[in-house]
Amino acid sequence: MGAVVESKGGAFRTWLNKRLPVDQFMADQLTGYYAPKNFNIWYFFGSLALLVFVMQIVTGIFITMHYKPGELTAFNSVEYIMREVPYGWLLRYLHSTGASAFFIVVYLHMTRALLYGSYKAPRELLWVIGMLIYFALMAEAFMGYVLPWGNMSFWGAQVIINIFNTIPGIGPDLVEWIRGDYAVADSTLNRFFSLHVIAMPFLLALLIMLHLVALRQVGSSNPDGIEIKEKLGPDGKPLDGIPFHPYYTLKDIVGVGVFLTLFAVVVFFAPTFGGLFLEHPNFEPANPMSTPDHIAPTWYFTPYYAILRAIPDQRLGALAFALSVLAFVFLPWLDRAKNKSIRYRGFASKLLLGMFFVVFLTLMWLGLQPAEPAYVLLARICIPLYFAFFILLPFVSKADGNGPVPDRVTYHAH
Amino acid sequence: MRTNNLSVIGALALLLVAGTAVANEGHSDWQRQAGNEVANLPSLQRGARNFMAYCSGCHSLKYMRYSRLGSDLKISDAALAQFLVRPGDKPTDYIKASMPASDAQDWFGKPPPDLSLVARSRGTDWVFNFLTTFYADPASRQTGVNNLQLPGTAMPHILSSVQGVQHAVWKDVESKGEDGKPVTTKVFEKFEPGVAGSMTPAQYDEFARDIVNFLQYVGDPAQLERQGLGVWVVLFLLMFTGIAWMLKKEYWKDVR
Repeated sequence: MGAVVESKGGAFRTWLNKRLPVDQFMADQLTGYYAPKNFNIWYFFGSLALLVFVMQIVTGIFITMHYKPGELTAFNSVEYIMREVPYGWLLRYLHSTGASAFFIVVYLHMTRALLYGSYKAPRELLWVIGMLIYFALMAEAFMGYVLPWGNMSFWGAQVIINIFNTIPGIGPDLVEWIRGDYAVADSTLNRFFSLHVIAMPFLLALLIMLHLVALRQVGSSNPDGIEIKEKLGPDGKPLDGIPFHPYYTLKDIVGVGVFLTLFAVVVFFAPTFGGLFLEHPNFEPANPMSTPDHIAPTWYFTPYYAILRAIPDQRLGALAFALSVLAFVFLPWLDRAKNKSIRYRGFASKLLLGMFFVVFLTLMWLGLQPAEPAYVLLARICIPLYFAFFILLPFVSKADGNGPVPDRVTYHAH
Repeated sequence: MRTNNLSVIGALALLLVAGTAVANEGHSDWQRQAGNEVANLPSLQRGARNFMAYCSGCHSLKYMRYSRLGSDLKISDAALAQFLVRPGDKPTDYIKASMPASDAQDWFGKPPPDLSLVARSRGTDWVFNFLTTFYADPASRQTGVNNLQLPGTAMPHILSSVQGVQHAVWKDVESKGEDGKPVTTKVFEKFEPGVAGSMTPAQYDEFARDIVNFLQYVGDPAQLERQGLGVWVVLFLLMFTGIAWMLKKEYWKDVR
């Protein structure tokens, strides 16, 4: 890395490289970038997230050519896309399934970081930038969900925007400023369209670029959590590292193939995914006079929504909601273990993390259920456990995350 | 590592259980599954005929053109014009209701809803149960009938000439109220035949099932084409993945 690449090849390539460092870039970023050789299945999801981002942009461009924002036109234009635009149904299902797929790969990507302590020094900033991507993605998905202007779009927007009402002092004015009206209406829909297709995609692209630059600076961690840069060979290259290209480019393409196959099965055979990816009430136009039987956001927001809903005091609920999302940002400083990977931590650490995964998924499921007493009770049991993970982590990690680690990464050639 | 794998598996199992619970939510004994097959072309054609004959007087399919229906359901232009397109409409027109909305407002208290997306928003089972659970109810002074799936519906039993009019038998069920005192609630037990229609109950179920099937198609007309295309896309991607995997394996031989 960093070595000046002598341009080889013909006259055009020399001409080009004097003006644009193509070969230098390839050498720095791909063929000369060394990644640990022991990546497992958890390491596919970063490149897959990038793929889904590009796919959302491309399908979004074509959908925007036919979609018409506005409370009188939005719903009809989506049905027009589904029925009259050639392959419009494919664009729309790719985009709506893509939204859920984005969250699936991002959640798995984050799970990887939690399992192997990828957020620990020197990758704290990499993690924080990743969390900013996650927050921007939540805003992007929420606003995108409002655009079809179905009844769940309308009532979902109503509920989520009203959370800001609980902010002391400025709440009511802030909510009015976000909506651009005294109620969720045409102005809300139009500004969400603007933010969804211009502001947020730009912000996401910028953050993703920063995420990649930060990754290239510190290098990838790995399932053993050992820094490969500390064991260099006589040629100055990491002993446990392999060039990103061709090894990981080819491996990631296999991941892309598996992912796209599963993705296509959903798009072509179960695009609503039983009402999880596209909710049934959203096939009815927005109607301020008719509230859906039970309002639930799409599945990727439901862990936090379950927390919000289970706390009787509105302001306290909103606070817990915000904290439950923001808590992840502080993980690099809450985790005080010497070792990164869960492989070299004690039973208590494994139990704590396992509990967190179960609690997160339980809350996700609860957020999809109607607010019946038994479900609310279960959510109230889960909330302390959710925050217990973040509160106990500093102590548990300090106590049992310091055992011996191997000298070199574990890798079995196959 | 094993602990983690276990927790992930446990979580997945939990999600599965959750999925089943969602599927069973709010299911009553009398509710039946529609059991329609959207790939069944003759059923879709019969459903289109039934819909145009019995439903389209009041209900529009405002996102659906006659011509699209004709080409998707393999109905010839001649048959389409003769049996389905309403006099005065062109084949490229959207399917509108015959009844003016203002009249509907006066007669029923609210305009009958457009049914383009009813099978998607309510579900096919809901529509099937709505069509099959009308019963005579003297308390309903507007229409003389009521419906188990949508109690108090403003819709008259438009299919009574076909189904006949059945009677509902209710039973009293005792339960404890919130204050501990016994409460009696009326619970639906079964239907008994009343005035006979032109069809047997089994024939009527088929008749309703065809309409449900047609409405499922109308909810997403591309679905027939979608699944056909999907098979090829998935086959291509499987092949692509196989080749990519072999290529990866070849390169990774060097990694020790």
